[in-house]
Amino acid sequence: MVSERDVEHIAELADIGITKDELGEFTPQFNEILEYFDLLDSVEGTSPATRDLTNIFRDDTVVPGLSADEALANTPEKEDGFFKAPRVM
Amino acid sequence: MSVLSGTPPVSSDSSIATDPSNDEVIIGLEIHCQLDTSTKLFCGCSTDYRDDGPNTHVCPICLGLPGTLPKVNKKAVEYALKVAKALNCEILEESEFARKNYFYPDLNKGYQITQYDRPLAVRGYLDIEGEDGEKRVRITRVHMEEDPGRLVHKGGTDRPKYTLVDYNRAGIPLIEIVTEPDLRSPKEARRFLNKLRATLEYLGVYDSEKEGSLRVDANISIQPRGWFEREGKGKADRGRAEVKNISSYKGVEKALTFEITRQKNAIRRGQKLESATRHFVETRGVTTASRSKEMEQDYRYFPEPDLRPLRVRSWSDKIVLPELPDARKVRFIREYGFSPTHAATVTGDWRVAEFYDNLPKDLAVSAATATWIADTLLGELNYRDMSISDVPHGHFIELITLIRKDTITDKSGVEVLRSLLDQLKEAGSCEKPSECVKRLNLAKTGGEGLEPVISEVLAEQPQAVSDYASGKSEAFNFLIGQVMKKTRGRVDPTELNRVMRETLDSRGP
Ligand SMILES: [Zn+2]
Repeated sequence: MVSERDVEHIAELADIGITKDELGEFTPQFNEILEYFDLLDSVEGTSPATRDLTNIFRDDTVVPGLSADEALANTPEKEDGFFKAPRVM
Repeated sequence: MSVLSGTPPVSSDSSIATDPSNDEVIIGLEIHCQLDTSTKLFCGCSTDYRDDGPNTHVCPICLGLPGTLPKVNKKAVEYALKVAKALNCEILEESEFARKNYFYPDLNKGYQITQYDRPLAVRGYLDIEGEDGEKRVRITRVHMEEDPGRLVHKGGTDRPKYTLVDYNRAGIPLIEIVTEPDLRSPKEARRFLNKLRATLEYLGVYDSEKEGSLRVDANISIQPRGWFEREGKGKADRGRAEVKNISSYKGVEKALTFEITRQKNAIRRGQKLESATRHFVETRGVTTASRSKEMEQDYRYFPEPDLRPLRVRSWSDKIVLPELPDARKVRFIREYGFSPTHAATVTGDWRVAEFYDNLPKDLAVSAATATWIADTLLGELNYRDMSISDVPHGHFIELITLIRKDTITDKSGVEVLRSLLDQLKEAGSCEKPSECVKRLNLAKTGGEGLEPVISEVLAEQPQAVSDYASGKSEAFNFLIGQVMKKTRGRVDPTELNRVMRETLDSRGP
């Protein structure tokens, strides 16, 4: 069972601010979702056959990427070709 | 991440007041090296970004755009396996990537793809020259991960206003090597890093000359001698510091030395040391406390659902390792007649060892050449903060040959070398050694060339000549000195002595 304290902690880790009211709203929702997983766990049989799929590689060959303009096209804040982010230090 | 400088909390516990001479330093390292592949770990972006502007080596995958899928660079896995094998590790039958979740602008996806509970390899070792002879340093694990982006903090160093982000570095393949806490001094830590660097460069998987290609975190604590061995962990009141952000080889020794002094002072004052993360400030040579609450992280690791596991243990059997530093050292002693000290110096750096191996055989098999490289050349390079790769191989061969053929003296050789290195540092190119000899007029004065100078000096110094005649031996050295001064060291001292003696004695009393 997930408690309100757990939800608060997860919100903190995910960097999402939630209110006291939302805590009360989300906690039962978390538990409902987890109950679905319990249900899935009770189904007999195995997962689809991706289990033996290993060693998926590509060669070390350069592929052209995006230009700086393209890379920055969707960002609201930029400066001299950099993405601009809040102060972190 | 705020950085505060300060002293650790004070405790009234008096039981920790111990004899400091009976303490020992416990150090473990975590080393991150960029693997020298052509493309990033999970996308085809070029890793050759250092001369280019920000965000010019990026694509939807390494920018973490929604709907993209990473795909593992096979070369990076092969390189990592080579490292694991050279470090005598066990390769796991199956390993996998995992997500490490945290929020920081250097991670565009909100997580870093790394390896967690199923790393590529575990339990290896690297032998180094320790404080008391050869020492085996155990390797805990070797794993692969992606490099985060690069941050530039803008607007004041104490309290930046905002952050600029460049994702050219994001996704560069890193190898992380974690040691057991087996190192006992900053010097041993430096030796370990030097040996590791040499090994990685011999393997051809890492280029130490690329800026920012190495980062080290160091764990360090001071324990009563024998405690750590006996208990398997540190004393409760002797918490360890994890020093982050060390980005140079010299920085490691500096950061550790500073940290030892700080911890010793705290112990001497009877303070309890809490385990803490500290930050190395390279420019000031100090470590500062990171605000610990903010550093306390729950990374919520889980297996990376976008990547399949690796089953590569069998590959490692097929890897043929090249000659590594220890083997090369033995060969240099046997093949070129090196002293063990010179052999260690020259083979301890892959580029220097290659430089030496590529000398003509007759020059290489010579104690004089070994001394010239190990002492003179490396000393002069170090003094100028230059690398052996700045030195044109042909020029060096010519210089050594000039000395060997007695065209110039050893002393003049040093003068030529200095002039050439200064030119290289200044302009990136230099004249040929023979041209330098001519320009500085350093060709050796010997035999016939010597006699006129001696005659000149004897004519100028009649007092010294008569002193010599009356048996005062200092007068001889004085006259030799005068000739040396006039020829600026271009004469061979042995020959000068002989000719001077003959000239004086032939004059009679
Ligand atoms: Zn990319």
